[in-house]
Amino acid sequence: MTYRLDQQPLEWIDRGRTVTFSFEGKSLSGFAGDSISSALMASGHSLLGRSFKYHRPRGALTLANHDVNALFQSAHATNIRGDVEPLTEGIELKACNVNGSLANDRDRFIGLFARFMPVGFYYKAFHRPKKLFPFWERKIREKAGLGRVNTDWTEQRTPKRYDFCELLVVGAGASGMQAALTAAEAGADVVLVDENPHIGGSLDYQLANEPAATGVRAALKDKVRNHANIRLFEQHYAAGWYTDHYIPLVGPKGITKLRAEGMICATGVMEQTAVFRNNDLPGVMMASAAQRLISRYAVSPGHRAVVLCANDEGYRAALDLMEAGIELAAVVDLESTPQRGSWAQQVTDKGVPVYRGCGIYAAQGSRHLQSVQVAAFNGKDCDPSELTAIDCDLLLMSVGWAPASQLLYQAKGKLGYDDTLQQILPRELPAGIHACGRVNGAFTLEQRLADGKRAARAALAELRGELHAESQTLHRDRQAHSHPWPIVSHPAGKNFVDMDEDLQLKDLVNAAKEGFDNIELIKRFSTIGMGPSQGKHSNMNGIRILAAIRGQSIDKTGSTTARPMFHPIPVSALAGRRFRPERRTPMQEWHEAHGARMMEAGHWQRPEYYGQPEEREQAILREAQAVRSGLGLIDVSTLGKIEVLGPDASRLLDAVYTMKMSTIRQGMTRYALLVDDSGVIIDDGIAARLGEDRFYVSATTSHAAATFRILSQTVMDLGLDVRLVNLTDSLAAMNLAGPLSRELLKTLTDVDLSEESFPYLGIREGTMCGAKVRLIRVGFVGELGYEIHAPAHKSMEIWHTLMRAGARYNIRPFGVEAQRVLRLEKGHVIVGQDTDGLTNPFEANMPWAVPLKSKSWFTGKPSLALLKERCQRRLTGFMLPQGYSGERIKECHLVIKDGDIAGRVTSIAYSPALGRYIGLAMLDLPLANEAKTLHVRVDSGSLVAMSPCKTPFYDADGKRQTADLTEVA
Amino acid sequence: MKLLDCPLIGRRPISEFDYVGEVRKPPVDCDTETWAGFVFNRQGAPSVLRERWYHRPTGYWFILDRDTLTDEVKAIVDHREVRYDIPA
Repeated sequence: MTYRLDQQPLEWIDRGRTVTFSFEGKSLSGFAGDSISSALMASGHSLLGRSFKYHRPRGALTLANHDVNALFQSAHATNIRGDVEPLTEGIELKACNVNGSLANDRDRFIGLFARFMPVGFYYKAFHRPKKLFPFWERKIREKAGLGRVNTDWTEQRTPKRYDFCELLVVGAGASGMQAALTAAEAGADVVLVDENPHIGGSLDYQLANEPAATGVRAALKDKVRNHANIRLFEQHYAAGWYTDHYIPLVGPKGITKLRAEGMICATGVMEQTAVFRNNDLPGVMMASAAQRLISRYAVSPGHRAVVLCANDEGYRAALDLMEAGIELAAVVDLESTPQRGSWAQQVTDKGVPVYRGCGIYAAQGSRHLQSVQVAAFNGKDCDPSELTAIDCDLLLMSVGWAPASQLLYQAKGKLGYDDTLQQILPRELPAGIHACGRVNGAFTLEQRLADGKRAARAALAELRGELHAESQTLHRDRQAHSHPWPIVSHPAGKNFVDMDEDLQLKDLVNAAKEGFDNIELIKRFSTIGMGPSQGKHSNMNGIRILAAIRGQSIDKTGSTTARPMFHPIPVSALAGRRFRPERRTPMQEWHEAHGARMMEAGHWQRPEYYGQPEEREQAILREAQAVRSGLGLIDVSTLGKIEVLGPDASRLLDAVYTMKMSTIRQGMTRYALLVDDSGVIIDDGIAARLGEDRFYVSATTSHAAATFRILSQTVMDLGLDVRLVNLTDSLAAMNLAGPLSRELLKTLTDVDLSEESFPYLGIREGTMCGAKVRLIRVGFVGELGYEIHAPAHKSMEIWHTLMRAGARYNIRPFGVEAQRVLRLEKGHVIVGQDTDGLTNPFEANMPWAVPLKSKSWFTGKPSLALLKERCQRRLTGFMLPQGYSGERIKECHLVIKDGDIAGRVTSIAYSPALGRYIGLAMLDLPLANEAKTLHVRVDSGSLVAMSPCKTPFYDADGKRQTADLTEVA
Repeated sequence: MKLLDCPLIGRRPISEFDYVGEVRKPPVDCDTETWAGFVFNRQGAPSVLRERWYHRPTGYWFILDRDTLTDEVKAIVDHREVRYDIPA
C-alpha cells in the first residue's frame, strides 16, 4: 500500500478491518470504508477505466459519484461507480468498456482514428448503402455501451417506505446542517438527507485542515445527530423533486418516498474541469477529488503536484497536499492580478512558485501524467510561444463550480447567471423551495452558516404563514469562485469538455458550425451532458463555449434541465409489488371447490369453465348443452347494479342511455345502451322499472364503476333530483337458464312465474330462502331464464338450494366461456369484444337501439344522427362449413379481400346447437352487405373461406326465451 | 404525486381521484362543425381550466379552477355554477 497516508483526522476508513478483493484476477486489499477507487489507488492503480469512445486511459476525476470513466463490473452488477461504491469483502471486479485487460485494452487504438470520427459521425456515416446498415449496427452495438448486463439475474425486492416531514434539508454540509438545526430548534419536524455515508460535506474534506472549521464542525455534527426533531438519512440521495414536494430518497436498502411541506436545497456545488490538451490523463483531477482522497480515505493522489486554480479553494488544496507530504511543484493561477486570501499567502510563504496569469497548455504522459506545459493565459487562450515544462504526476484543477441545482430546476425554480460569482444562482424559487450555501452563492464558512440560518427562517415563516423579509442574496460572496473561461485551445485537440462522451472542444465548435447552435440542439447532436453523469462536470463549460460561439450571455444561451433521477437508480429500488385488489363474489369459494378454472374480469375472478384444463373444450360444450337442453346456473354477481331513485329518475336515464327509459312500464326492463359524445358504444346492460320513481340498472363487469360515475355526473350537471345507490357489492346475482328453469324456480319462490303474470323482460320482487330477491326474465343466452339478484350474504344459500333442487334436472354450473358461446349463437354483442373504441351502434348492427326520431336528446345523439348515413363497417355473422377441421380461426384474425384488409373476426366459437363454427366479424361496407364468401387469414398465413350469414344463428324468432318449453315444442 | 386540497375531506393524494376533464356543455341545435369541435377538440394550451375531478372513495365530484401550467388549484366551484339544460 504505497499510496496510503498516515492516519487523517476525519478519515472514513477503519484500519482495523482489512478487506480483500480482486481486480482483473489480481488479489488486492483495502480497508473497510474504502471505496473501490480509493482502494485501487491506495494499491498504486491510477488507471481505473477506459473512456467511452476512444478507450483512453482514465483515472479518478471527482470522487463524488461523477466518475463515470471509472466504472466496474462484478459478477452480479455492472457499471458500478468505483469512486463511491464501498469495497466489500471478496468482490471480484473487472473494468467496464475494456476489450482485453484495462492496461492493454485492444480498443485503445481507436483513439488514433479520432480525427475520422468527428461529432455527428454515427449519424452521417453508416446509413448508406442501406443494406450495409445491419452490419454496421452490429459492429457499433458491440463497441457501444459500457458494462455487460448479467442476464442470469435473480429477483431482488427492496422495501419501499413512506415518510412525511415538515422540512426536508438536502445536503448535510455546513449550511445544510445549520439550516436543519435552526429549523429543528424552532420546533419544525426536519429530515436531513445526505448521499455520503457521513455528514459533514465539504467541511470534512475542503476545510479538513482549516482550524476555523474545527469547532463549528464538531458542534454542528453533534447537535444535528442528537436533536429530537431531526431525522438523519445518511447514504441517501434525493433523487428528484415531484409536485407538492414528493421526493424519493434512495439509499442502499431501498427507497423512501418522502412527502415534505417544504424543502431547503443545501446541495452545494460540483467542481468543473479545466479544458486543455490531455486534461483526461490519469493524475489530472479536481482539487476537491484530491482533498476527498486524502481526508476520507488517507490515500495520496500523487507524489509531485501542480495546482491549476482560479480561486482561493485551489490554494487551500495546495496547502492540503503539502500537509499530506506531497511535493508541490507549482501553483498556476489563471488570473494575473487576483485578490486571493490568506491561503494563497501561506502558499507563497512556503516558497512555492506561483505562476500568475498562466494556464496549462497541455498535459503530457502516456498512461499517467508526467509533466505539464505552463503558458501565459490572457483570459481567452494560452500563448504557446513560451512554454514552461514542469514534471509532476498530479495536477489539480480548481477553476470553478457549477451549482447542484437539479432539484431547484425540477421544482420549476428560475436560475440565472451571476456575473460577480461567475456562477448560475437561484433567482426566483417557487413556494416551499429554498436554497442555501454554495448552491446559493454563499462561499465562506461564515456566509454558509448565516445563509443556512436565513433559509431555515424563511422556510419556517412560510410554513407558518408568517412574513419573512431577509433576501436570499444577503449572504452571497462578492468575489468569483469560478473562472468564466477555463478553456484552452490546442491544434492537436484532446482537450475534453465532456469526459463521459469523449467530447473535445472542437466537437462543440463543429456542432455549432453545422447549425446546432441552440443549447438543446447542441446537446442532442453532440451528446454533451447525455452520458452517465448527465453533464455534472461538463454542462457548465458546454454553455460557456456555446455562449462564446454565439457571442451571447450565459443567460441568453440558457441551460438544460436535468431530469430525475439525480444518480442512476437500480430498477429494484423502483420496482414495486403489484398491488391489485381482487374482488370475490360470495360464490367464489364454491366455484373453486367445484373445479372452476378462474379468469380475470376487471378486478373480479370469474369461472371460465368447470373442469380439467385438458378437457377445456368438452367442458365448455357440456355446459352450453346443459343450458340448451335442461338447466344451467351462472354467477353474474360481477355485473354493475345501480338503484336510481327520485322524481327525475326517468329523466336521468333518458339523458344517459340511447333508448327511451321513461316509457318502460312498471315491472318491465329494457336494453340499456350507453354511448359517449362521439356515439361510440361504451357499455350495455338493462334498465328495469320498479316503480314510478324507482329504477334498477345493470352494467357490464368492467365498466360498472365508470357507468356509475357517468350517471352521477349527469345528476350533477343537470341538477336532477335523483339519488343513486351502487348495489354492485351488496347484491349478488346468478342467472338460472334453460328450458327447465321455470319448473325448478316455481318451487322455490313466492313470485308467480306464469307467462301471463311474469312475461319475458319482466322484473319481479319476491322472496327466496327467506331473502328479498329480484327476479328478471333475461334472454342473453337465448333460453328461458331468470336472473336472481339477492343480498350478498344470502346468495350462497340460494345458490346451494338451486343446485340441490336442480340435481334431478341435471343442473350444471356454467362459466363465462359457455355463456360466450350461447350468446354468440343468439348473435348478442359483447361490448369491448365485438366492439372497439370506434364502434357505433349502427356498425354493431343495433340501429333499433338508436331512437333518433322519438327522443330529442341523449348523450351522443347529434353524433349518431350524423353517423347513421356514414356507416363504414358493419358487424356481420358468418359460419364455416359443417365438419370444418382445418386451421383454427381466432378472434382478431383479419378478413382479406383482394390482398387488402377488409375486416376482422371479433368472435368465433364452435356452436353445439348448429354443429359448426360460427362467429361475428366487423366488415367494411359494402362488403358486409354483398359478399357471398369471405376469406380470413389465419396464423399460418393461408386463407380460410367462410360464408356471411344473418344473426341470430339460433332460434331466430326468440321463442325459446319467451315461453314455456312445452309451447316451443 | 400531487395532492389535492379539498374543503370537504382535506388533503388527499391525486391517485384517489379520476380526472374527467374540462367542464364543457354540449352545444344544442348547432351546426355540424360546432358539434365536431365539441366532440373532438380540447383546450390544450396552458390556462386556467375549469375541470371535473371525481373522488372515488367518497363519490364526490369536485369542480376546480386549475392553472394547468403551474398546477395550482385556484378555486373550488359550486356544482350549481356549471349546470346546463338539455332539450326536453
